Amino acid sequence: MMETAPKATFLDANEIVINMGPQHPSTHGVLRVILKLDGEKVLGTECVIGYLHRGVEKIAENRTYVQFTPYVDRMDYVAAVSNGLGYCEAVEKLLGVEVPPRARYVRTILTELNRITSHLLWLGTHAMDLGAFTPLFYTFREREEILKVFENYCGARLTTHAFRIGGLQYETYDGFEEQVKAICDTFPAKIDEYEVLLTLNRIWLERTKKVGILKAEDAIDLGVTGPVLRASGVQWDIRKAMPYAAYEEFEFDIPTGENGDTYDRYLVRVEEMRQALRIARQAVDRLPSGPILGKVPKVIKPAVGEVYHSIEAPKGELGYFVVSDGSTQPYRVRVRPPSFINLQALDRMVRGHLVADVVAVIGTLDIVLGEVDR
Amino acid sequence: MPLSFPPAIEPYLLPTLYIVILLAVFPLIAGYIVLLERKVMADIQVRLGPMRVGPHGLLQPIADAVKLLIKEDIIPAMADRWVFWVAPIISVVTALLALSLVPFSNRFYVTDTNVGLLFILSITSVGILGIILGGWSSNSHYPLLGALRSTAQLVSYEVALGFAVIGGLMVAGTLSMQQIVQHQLEQHVWFIFYQPVAFFIYVVAAMAETNRAPFDMPEAESEIVAGYHTEYSGFRFALYFLAEYVNMVIVSSIAVTLFLGGWLRPFPNVRWLDFLNYFPIAAMFGLAFLSFLGAAREQRRIEKLGMGGLGAIFVLMGLLFLIPDVLNWVQGLFWFISKVFLALYSFIWIRFTFPRYRYDQLMRIGWRWLIPLAIANVIVTGIIMVL
Repeated sequence: MMETAPKATFLDANEIVINMGPQHPSTHGVLRVILKLDGEKVLGTECVIGYLHRGVEKIAENRTYVQFTPYVDRMDYVAAVSNGLGYCEAVEKLLGVEVPPRARYVRTILTELNRITSHLLWLGTHAMDLGAFTPLFYTFREREEILKVFENYCGARLTTHAFRIGGLQYETYDGFEEQVKAICDTFPAKIDEYEVLLTLNRIWLERTKKVGILKAEDAIDLGVTGPVLRASGVQWDIRKAMPYAAYEEFEFDIPTGENGDTYDRYLVRVEEMRQALRIARQAVDRLPSGPILGKVPKVIKPAVGEVYHSIEAPKGELGYFVVSDGSTQPYRVRVRPPSFINLQALDRMVRGHLVADVVAVIGTLDIVLGEVDR
Repeated sequence: MPLSFPPAIEPYLLPTLYIVILLAVFPLIAGYIVLLERKVMADIQVRLGPMRVGPHGLLQPIADAVKLLIKEDIIPAMADRWVFWVAPIISVVTALLALSLVPFSNRFYVTDTNVGLLFILSITSVGILGIILGGWSSNSHYPLLGALRSTAQLVSYEVALGFAVIGGLMVAGTLSMQQIVQHQLEQHVWFIFYQPVAFFIYVVAAMAETNRAPFDMPEAESEIVAGYHTEYSGFRFALYFLAEYVNMVIVSSIAVTLFLGGWLRPFPNVRWLDFLNYFPIAAMFGLAFLSFLGAAREQRRIEKLGMGGLGAIFVLMGLLFLIPDVLNWVQGLFWFISKVFLALYSFIWIRFTFPRYRYDQLMRIGWRWLIPLAIANVIVTGIIMVL
């Protein structure tokens, strides 16, 4: 543990130890970073987490499989649909249940839309951390349109609880396809709008290029996944590598970066939004009809065994390790949260940079504390 | 003048009156600049901005001021009490002092000396002391970082600012604020056309001087919370806020005076554009029309009345301007204030369009680009003038 309180007064010390967070405008929740500074230069960091710990994994052991589904939404609360998908698919794998095609397609559409909302929230807050206030309001304007789809579908906007083990919670509503298509039609122009404000902006370039570089080898060593890994030049996307839901039936590209700096991560995520739209458009065009729920027993009681299932959540690889002891309650659920593991890279990325870059790097890692602390 | 005063105090009467007007009105104007900023920001960000207090949020500044006044005044336990107490006062007093030399019009100014511009520049530099002391006396990390940043930033940009101003001064040939405007009238051109580079450098350096985005390092909220005034609350905070906005007005005023013709109307020497002299009247009636239009659209009776009342005030002012003497008096004031607000508008516009520079990048721009450019500008101007 690093020294948290300076021994001498800071006026006669060369190094300042300051607390960034847990109450700080740009630590995206209750992350506490202890910074050791020489003037403004960062000598080292230490993350203190746990302020949002809710014992989600322990709760799972005292709930039935179905009862636990709403809890997973509370981890990465800006991408609740993805969380639900990962858990439902893990349990389905454990049960050996086949999910009907319509359910898989709708799952894919909603998950991709959720990826866009997550990236929009990231883009807005990241830009605001770097001093550009305005994109936040533009991204929230569009995020609202997508949240309306969730609201129409399942009544909730954030913690959606959209899926059910074996398929979908609800049949799609009237006008679902039209609404998704409308988003697919109008949204690309909005992405261009954000890019006009940022992509070639000189100040944006200076603030993000060569900041928080993470080399491919380092990224792999640290277990970093998602856009952060892809921006380092590693073409690894679970949607392609180990397809789930209906992803193998769609065409899409995996954007990668070259330098692994903050700017590349920005470009990768912006491109991912475009690709997500492409997937959603294909899925909604070919949406099959049929049942929305597979043959799931009334009481979910998987045989003794264990399963690990991971999906490509907006922030990286989201894995669920579920152990069954043959009862109606899981023996153990372990979540592999992308934010938690990506956060490990923070120290390596900011060392030697300035305080302002710490903010940029925390933003670019795109962490959600609900998921880090669980 | 029907009233006569003893000659001993006569020359001080008008300036005293102006001082009282400035001191009384300026905090209010600063409040409304904040409102303008919030409204422009809201417009850029597809929102409405303050809408609750008064029609279209027009009473918001007053509500804010009252809120700040009745807030608890906290001095941190470990702070250097005396310095903590005096720091915001230094900031505000120096800022208001600089106002005394701003030539609002050919009639409305507190004083005019032959070192006017120099005095403004030096007194605003003293204002930085308030920031440094405030950050230091808080005895807290973030304010200290903010204060250090602002010290470094202001020292480096002061140089560029000074050289940019010298560029303008070489053309003007005087430091007196009134004379600078007079020279622009005589030379038939605004100095921005002689000194575009100096104007550009001045604007950039001025943004840095007033801690405005993209150079708002000392109070970059996403990095160091609120910078030097993190520990300040209530009315002390309001004083810093006031100082910041007064400083914005001052740097805009210098820009307007030195480069944009001060209180002169556009093309003051072109006879056939004389109808522009009546523009203030037209502007008042235009504003009145907009207010009445707004009143018609309001739903609630009280807001209808409020907007209507505002319109009536504009109509009254317009009618008042119809009197030639009054029109002559407000002529310069009108153009000066319009230009200053145009400058302020661009400041706000820039703030909500660009991200923030990083501290070291800011330094690099200052030392590596602006200062050499400003010096080169001075040299080139000198050579051309000698030739």
